[in-house]
Amino acid sequence: MIWLAGGLMILGAAFLLIAAIGVIRLPDPLQRMHSATKAGTLGTALLLLGVGLSPQVSLGTTGVLTMLFMLLTLPIGAQLLGRASYIAGTKLEGLEHDPLENELGGRKDGPQI
Amino acid sequence: MIDLPLLAAGLAVVLAVALVLAGWRMVRGPSLADRFIALDMLTALAIGFAGLTSVATGRGEFLDIGLGLALINFVATAAFAAFLERKRDQ
Repeated sequence: MIWLAGGLMILGAAFLLIAAIGVIRLPDPLQRMHSATKAGTLGTALLLLGVGLSPQVSLGTTGVLTMLFMLLTLPIGAQLLGRASYIAGTKLEGLEHDPLENELGGRKDGPQI
Repeated sequence: MIDLPLLAAGLAVVLAVALVLAGWRMVRGPSLADRFIALDMLTALAIGFAGLTSVATGRGEFLDIGLGLALINFVATAAFAAFLERKRDQ
């Protein structure tokens, strides 16, 4: 059990580190959000699971609630933020043309691809 | 046998590196969206820190801080997204 808890904690911290590296290295805001949301959620969930399995902390409802709440709300938050940053006219790297050009009421300064 | 509190303290150092990287994106971030994303990332890291601290010190109460941060994070992200969307109309 201790080994499982330690392994899960190491895995979670590694995912969080990879997410932070992605936030630094990826070229445009939507790709950075993809890194922060997916890898960040997985990393935090794994880390909290490891914390809950460790004998120092009893697996109470708090850890499970935190994990469930993050898994529920972070995708919703990322969707809201992605839509908002697209509408606000964010730069899109690596696209030939903008498939949402005529949707969402147009963008601030036209497509910046 | 491994020493879990020591491991948790070591992992907190790893998370500190990630904290510096996300903080750098928040300071640098060319656009407003970048800074909001960095804030999201920083909150996720803070929740991780809360969990690791509860193992390192043996106090389960630190997990409550993580729950509070997770609750605040969603509201903050939704509010910032609404703010960013409204900025276009100005």
